[in-house]
Amino acid sequence: MSAAPETKKQVAEIGDKYKYGFVTDIEMERAPKGLNEDTVRYISAKKSEPDWMLEWRLGAFARWKEMREPNWARVHYQKIDYQNAYYYAAPKSTPKKQSLDEVDPKLLETYKKLGIPLHEQMALAGVAVDAVFDSVSVATTFKEKLNEAGVIFCPISEAIRDYPDLVKKYLGTVVPVTDNFFATLNSAVFSDGTFVYVPKGVRCPMELSTYFRINASETGQFERTLIVADEGSYVSYLEGCTAPKRDENQLHAAVVELVALADAEIKYSTVQNWYPGDEEGKGGIYNFVTKRGDCRGHRSKISWTQVETGSAITWKYPSCILRGDDTVGEFYSIAIANNYQQADTGTKMIHLGKNTRSRIISKGISAGKAQNTYRGLVSVHPKAASARNYTQCDSLLIGGKCGAHTVPYIESRNPTARIEHEATTSKIAEDQLFYCLQRGIPQDEAVSLIVNGFCREVLQQLPMEFAVEAQKLVGISLEGSVG
Amino acid sequence: MLEIKDLHAAVDGKEILKGLTLSIEPGQVHAIMGPNGSGKSTLSYVLAGRAGYEVTSGSILYNGRDLVAMPTEERAAQGVFLAMQYPVEIPGVTTLTFLKTALNAQRRARGEKELDAMSVLKLVRGKAATLKVTEEMLKRALNVGFSGGEKKRLEILQMALFEPKLAILDETDSGLDIDALKLVAEGVNAQRSPERAMLVITHYQRLLDYIVPDRIHVLARGRIVAEGGKELAHELEAKGYEHIVGKAA
Repeated sequence: MSAAPETKKQVAEIGDKYKYGFVTDIEMERAPKGLNEDTVRYISAKKSEPDWMLEWRLGAFARWKEMREPNWARVHYQKIDYQNAYYYAAPKSTPKKQSLDEVDPKLLETYKKLGIPLHEQMALAGVAVDAVFDSVSVATTFKEKLNEAGVIFCPISEAIRDYPDLVKKYLGTVVPVTDNFFATLNSAVFSDGTFVYVPKGVRCPMELSTYFRINASETGQFERTLIVADEGSYVSYLEGCTAPKRDENQLHAAVVELVALADAEIKYSTVQNWYPGDEEGKGGIYNFVTKRGDCRGHRSKISWTQVETGSAITWKYPSCILRGDDTVGEFYSIAIANNYQQADTGTKMIHLGKNTRSRIISKGISAGKAQNTYRGLVSVHPKAASARNYTQCDSLLIGGKCGAHTVPYIESRNPTARIEHEATTSKIAEDQLFYCLQRGIPQDEAVSLIVNGFCREVLQQLPMEFAVEAQKLVGISLEGSVG
Repeated sequence: MLEIKDLHAAVDGKEILKGLTLSIEPGQVHAIMGPNGSGKSTLSYVLAGRAGYEVTSGSILYNGRDLVAMPTEERAAQGVFLAMQYPVEIPGVTTLTFLKTALNAQRRARGEKELDAMSVLKLVRGKAATLKVTEEMLKRALNVGFSGGEKKRLEILQMALFEPKLAILDETDSGLDIDALKLVAEGVNAQRSPERAMLVITHYQRLLDYIVPDRIHVLARGRIVAEGGKELAHELEAKGYEHIVGKAA
């Protein structure tokens, strides 16, 4: 998990203070299996939501029933039985383990390599710990600092109650309720997520991360995130966690909406390392995510950076709507697929305003029997005079049984637009590996070194402390990939 | 230090080395000369442990240990270094990062303490100046966009950094002009020491004017067909390989 060093220190101190925390019995908090209107009402009631929110959810649910699951992505999976799932479950659907001895040693080995502190390891692995740090206190510490700056950073369920006007004004305006099958499902049943509002002219004093909200790791399969950067503000948000979580849940369908008003900038970084399934392709998370940013005001900027190493299936296209004039959209991506993983990911850059600029740097790495697809759209609308796009898609293959696919869609309806697309496919060459081995670098470390070199342009976009962990993760997720 | 006995080795099932015997003592510099296709590069890869280069019979002892049984990276950690004819490019990995990774991997394998970035940088700087390896080169991706001379100088810098016991130089002169050759040869000569053995593989006598060997072996059709002192190189240059190889056949 990532956080600035001072944050880690503070958390550690708080952790020390609250040696005898609480363990809540949460097994009770579970909606009956299946999905119907009652499920939606149950969730809304659990969150003590106002009526307008319930109506919103029910509207989404009604639409969802009419929709069909999309099948255009290059991913194959068994049909999901939406009635055979829990939509509001206790944070841990598996029984609490009593000690680390009960945890898969492979998982612990990974944590060790990532340098995750012990108490975090226990929390991640789902071990009942009696020294949990008090999440309320942690949140309070950061809330004070953010309050001073006027930044709102809270669970979205809280925002719906405490800041209904802000939520009403922006929720669903970037990803409409009816956007797509998974987004609509999310709109009906989202359990929790994050809300951020940065007021006019404020530069958010710290990197915001779900890490600060310990409970956020337990929000379940349907997260909803809404970030609004008001005029002239700046915020950097880190999502995710570099350690794999053993999650029995099969489907994750999150929605993230970003709104940047005039002269605002949002930087959104993700490291996704959900359970990818075992070496035979059994189990693993289906990650169907809708992420979209709206550069609503002139001269605003939204930048997505993602490192996707986990999940059995990744279906994800963080996009930018370049609505204002002179707006900038960026997408930096590393997608690694090993064993039987399938990744279909990319971005959409929708140029609506004048002088809008977008940049796409995608690095796909395939190993084992994995399939990795870059799917991207660059669309220039008639009014987007002098729009510019640069796209670079590089694929790296490790071994002879994996696949890399690049599917770029380009639509230009303005003759002044300039669109560039470059794509390469390469393999880790035997001579590169031999060279490393001959200099004493063992095979797994050599693969990690070469792949990190391949991804360098994207890794450089990550906040410093995140980048170091992401580099390690890149190595770990490809261990043993060269026979 | 190195004892090769009746070595047979094959690539893709085709026998390239056919009963090669050779031994080198610490402090000595031996040269292997031979025409194209004689098995010179195969020998260097077999010693370094490249995948696909299979020892079918015979033995290689390295400081009393069975070299063939040692994994490639362990050979490196135990002091076997191969300066390659075609150093490979690794995009996105800076030269300094590569040097640090390799040095620390070797140290780790030997149970020594790893060095932090600053210590590595100091160490590298100390060796880089005489080889005219600039700071700017160290910041560039490994061998990417390097000239032939820069690549070879970087190989010799690595040799200086890793301080191997057995250094094999495979066609280090190829692609170098005379000035670059002199610079590289000086770098190599500076590293001659009573503890270190060197095996210089070359097609031409030219390199041996600058790196003067104690002994020369002529390799042809997978075997040593002639041996002698440094004067053998001049005889080869004057009369050609066919003369000596033909005589041996």
